[in-house]
Amino acid sequence: MLVINRYKCGYCGACVGVCPATALELVETWLEVDDSCVGCGICTKICPLGALELTEEVEA
Amino acid sequence: MKCDMVVVGAGPAGSMAAKTAADEGLDVVLLEKRQEIGDPVRCAEGVSKAALAKMVEPDPSWIAAEVKGARIYAPDGTSFVMTEDRAGSEVGYVLERKVFDRMLAMKAAEAGAKVMVKTRALGLLEENGVPTGITALHIGEKMEIEAPLIIGADGVESKVGRWAGIDTVLKPQDIEVGAQFLVQDVKIDGEYCEFFLGNEIAPGGYIWAFPKGKNLANLGIGIQGSRSDPGMALRLLQRFLKEHMPQAKILEMMAGGVPVSGPIESTTSDGVMLVGDAARQSDPITGGGIINAMRTGVMAGEVAAELVPQGDLSREALKIYEDRWRDTIGKRIGRNYSVKELFVTLTDSDLNGLVHSLGGEDVANLELKNLLKLLAKQNPRLLWKLRHLIR
Ligand SMILES: Cc1cc2nc3c(=O)[nH]c(=O)nc-3n(C[C@H](O)[C@H](O)[C@H](O)COP(=O)(O)OP(=O)(O)OC[C@H]3O[C@@H](n4cnc5c(N)ncnc54)[C@H](O)[C@@H]3O)c2cc1C
Repeated sequence: MLVINRYKCGYCGACVGVCPATALELVETWLEVDDSCVGCGICTKICPLGALELTEEVEA
Repeated sequence: MKCDMVVVGAGPAGSMAAKTAADEGLDVVLLEKRQEIGDPVRCAEGVSKAALAKMVEPDPSWIAAEVKGARIYAPDGTSFVMTEDRAGSEVGYVLERKVFDRMLAMKAAEAGAKVMVKTRALGLLEENGVPTGITALHIGEKMEIEAPLIIGADGVESKVGRWAGIDTVLKPQDIEVGAQFLVQDVKIDGEYCEFFLGNEIAPGGYIWAFPKGKNLANLGIGIQGSRSDPGMALRLLQRFLKEHMPQAKILEMMAGGVPVSGPIESTTSDGVMLVGDAARQSDPITGGGIINAMRTGVMAGEVAAELVPQGDLSREALKIYEDRWRDTIGKRIGRNYSVKELFVTLTDSDLNGLVHSLGGEDVANLELKNLLKLLAKQNPRLLWKLRHLIR
């Protein structure tokens, strides 16, 4: 599951541009992830501020 | 709501497209999802004076500084200078984009475009598979805007192209990701835009310091996405700051990503044109995209004015736009993509060698081609890779 650390996020939208699943959307300062996320992790790698992380556990 | 053309995104590309088409008499709606156009800024704000002046009358209210040129530093600290007229489309003025972007949107409004802020495009309206407008969320309320032509000017995070079936997904190697501080420091060189190269400093990219007035500068970093790890851009920028300007004070920070993919396969589909960063038209070497965004915005606006009255907005008809930008900007960013692909393979000692050998050159007269020839002369192993570029 993709976890967004909103205290780190700089809401720049770089992650949205690289997301192959169109799972991310930036609304002002609020980054949204929807259930089309495939967990590829590309966004976590390119995030300039390190605000994104993939975790093992699935959403309850 | 109905109009001739709806523009998604009020950055430089969208505002210029809206202004150009409205000037020609089209009924235009310009949407911006943010509540404040231009803010937060995601840019180092450097532009070429000459290129900008062709499109708007320069005004002190949105020019933070004027520079003489670029100073480029090799990893070992050796440097050379390129005068403003040679340094490409990112050096000359350093803008205040919060003011600049709003001014451009204002010009679109003055030309007759309807500007709507806090209005986010959500998807396309379609009839028989052909887009007939967009759905949007305007201050939290759903709405529909019918228009035969949609301009995707929605920047690096563009969705319009994806909705229309155009593949705009950026591969990690085709995006430069960055962070920037607005810093205050006595050590800031107000005369030149500075660029710091090196694999340790900024893998596959560079650090920049663009002056914004007395003792102020945008100090930022861009690194190649494929060489990034989580948070690397910020970490490397903090390290640079600590080593080079330990006394500096940080007044602002921001993050961002800029496409460096070179021309993508298609920027049009039935009833849709993409412009600026949404069309990945930024420069692959420098990551500069303001001028290209404005120019392709104008081109799309002109094409819209030609085609909307005639009624044929099929992908075939929109090929005029595709041809116009590819013949001009497309050629340049195509070539610069090849140069970027080469530059990211250079070691620090290649970069040092290159800058050293410039010691005797009159860099004021140095064209990119000659720079590359010099590089090949020094590094015969690069000749093969460079052969297309220096012919
Ligand atoms: C760190 C960094 C430094 C840079 N430095 C320079 C530089 O020095 N010089 C230079 O020339 N270029 C620079 N660039 C690149 C430059 O910022 C871009 O190329 C330029 O802003 C592109 O303009 P645009 O109009 O295409 O897109 P943008 O300016 O990104 O505008 C797109 C707009 O669309 C809006 N939008 C997105 N989705 C929607 C939606 N669904 N509905 C409504 N609105 C939407 C966004 O909110 C945004 O306002 C830099 C970029 C970065 C990240």
